[in-house]
Amino acid sequence: MMQLAVRPEPLLNVDNLVVEYGLGNKTVHAVSGVSLKVARGETLGLVGESGCGKSTLGRAVLQLRRAKSGRVLFDGEDLTAMEGEALRKMRRRVQLIFQDPIASLNPRRRIGDIVAEPLIISGIKDAAERKRRVHAVLSAVGLDPDLVANRVPHEFSGGQCQRICIARSLVLNPEFIVCDEPVSALDVSIRAQILNLLEEMKARFGLTLLFIAHDLAVVKAVSDRVAVMYLGRLCEVGPSEQLFAKPAHPYTGLLLQAIPVPDPDVRPAESVATGEPPSPIAPPSGCRFRTRCPRADQRCSAEIPELREIAPGQFAACHHPLA
Amino acid sequence: MSALLLTIEDVAVELPTPRGNLRAVDHVDLSLEAGRTLGIVGESGCGKTMLSRAVLQLLPKKAKLTGRVMFDGQDLVRLAPERLRRLRGRDLAVVFQDPMTSLNPVLTIGTQLVETIQEHLELDTPAARKRSIELLAAVGIPAPEQRLAQYPHQCSGGMRQRIAIAIALSCEPKLLIADEPTTALDVTIQAQILDLLAREQRRRHMAMIIITHDLGVVAGRADEVAVMYAGRVVERAPTQALFRRMHMPYTEALLAAIPKLETAPHTPLPAISGRPPDPTRPLRGCSFAPRCRYAGPRCHEAKPELKGAEMPGHLYACFHPIRMTERIGA
Repeated sequence: MMQLAVRPEPLLNVDNLVVEYGLGNKTVHAVSGVSLKVARGETLGLVGESGCGKSTLGRAVLQLRRAKSGRVLFDGEDLTAMEGEALRKMRRRVQLIFQDPIASLNPRRRIGDIVAEPLIISGIKDAAERKRRVHAVLSAVGLDPDLVANRVPHEFSGGQCQRICIARSLVLNPEFIVCDEPVSALDVSIRAQILNLLEEMKARFGLTLLFIAHDLAVVKAVSDRVAVMYLGRLCEVGPSEQLFAKPAHPYTGLLLQAIPVPDPDVRPAESVATGEPPSPIAPPSGCRFRTRCPRADQRCSAEIPELREIAPGQFAACHHPLA
Repeated sequence: MSALLLTIEDVAVELPTPRGNLRAVDHVDLSLEAGRTLGIVGESGCGKTMLSRAVLQLLPKKAKLTGRVMFDGQDLVRLAPERLRRLRGRDLAVVFQDPMTSLNPVLTIGTQLVETIQEHLELDTPAARKRSIELLAAVGIPAPEQRLAQYPHQCSGGMRQRIAIAIALSCEPKLLIADEPTTALDVTIQAQILDLLAREQRRRHMAMIIITHDLGVVAGRADEVAVMYAGRVVERAPTQALFRRMHMPYTEALLAAIPKLETAPHTPLPAISGRPPDPTRPLRGCSFAPRCRYAGPRCHEAKPELKGAEMPGHLYACFHPIRMTERIGA
């Protein structure tokens, strides 16, 4: 599928970002030098297993978690250097959608007020104007404003709550949204509705998305490009179709192989990956995936593999990429 | 049909709620032979977990259960609590979704294993310890002897689920009920746990019920699949037959709604519109009719029975079954 004409300057440019957490006298290496770019109008999928740092990366992009080093350039401006009012102003252009739609809505407030809150914070004082925008955005996400605006979150199902969260994230007309596992708490039949809605909203409002999820098929359904993360580092980045058809990093290959396929004629391969991810408190030297990798050798423990172009647009950080 | 280990006969479960009685399980019949695997698939609230609780006789106190659950020749519904207690854990074992809630956080792994073994088998402590170590090794836990002295919080999620499986297997059960055993786990760990369950099942000739929301999990691993919707079994068939030719529109829609790896990015998903019916409200017709694109007037008036197609063992509850005329491909 052809992309919209991509402007030379990416909307988001994450440059060598490092995020660490303190844990007693230990350090959790959550994100260890990640660089990526997202073009205007593009959806970049970010996949990885729990604890790989994908949510931390998403939050660090929005400055909800400050980085130890590195830069986050949004539309050319470095968010990591911004504070106070400047950052608040910038935040109107970037939004976040969370995994648990019910927990992210205040149970005591009415839907109309929840969706209007960002407008109040951004200083829109005209109540009629606020109401107009809330109604418009609720209709856009497939809810009837007259029926829902005066009700409270517990009257809605998970799928409907996620629609409300999406409405709230859209009400300020943002340019960029970080979607952190937006459908993983939803049932299959509802998940499809929400994924379709996100695609529709993206086209309608000209959004750029960073779509974080652990489910590769879900990520592929909405992403132009996909980045695979393991234990704080990127393993592989590339165009969705290409990356899924020809994974270059052994970890991407392993993830693809582990997905249960809803087809009984596809016999599940005996899982090749033994073991579990090591702790991000003491990540392995060299390539962080080497402890589970069938291809690992001496070089992998001595030398950190850099992302390099394996095929046009496809980059992998591996000394022994898959053919 | 003499080898039936479990038959669920006309089981219904109702739960009282402030809004009226909730039909959690709406007259379900199922059976399972020794050594076989039954997959029960459905979305949240379809009654799959309540059905498994009915088999285990672990329903909430206020729940009203009718019907029979015949296990190994006895009706569990009418069994005395003491005999039931001896059966559960020994012949009838269960693995839950969240291993952290099924393991006791203040007891060591060794204590929990040894306790279960000694409760049901006549073994002294050293023999029970030895058996515990063997079990932990069998479920793929490195350095099992050291693990015995550890507490659940010292283990990862995958390790805890392996331990929960070791406890479930400890008395050589005839039936293992695995209720969303891998839903809380990462995909690479999920594959390992499903392999482990399949391997131990073959080795022990144990029957298994896998309860899941993921058709992918049952596709390669169950002999037979029952699809549940709004408390009822709406389609039931040998796995191969089901995936080759699903007759119930809900099953088809559920499969279609799953994002597939083969599909190109930005392809709209065939979503199922609407949502399941309110289980506290009486429903005259087919429970899927309001969301079904094949539904006709009759579907809103009468409940379709679960009945046989022309293929043996393939049952569906639908007035307008799909794919009835196609020939089965070679």
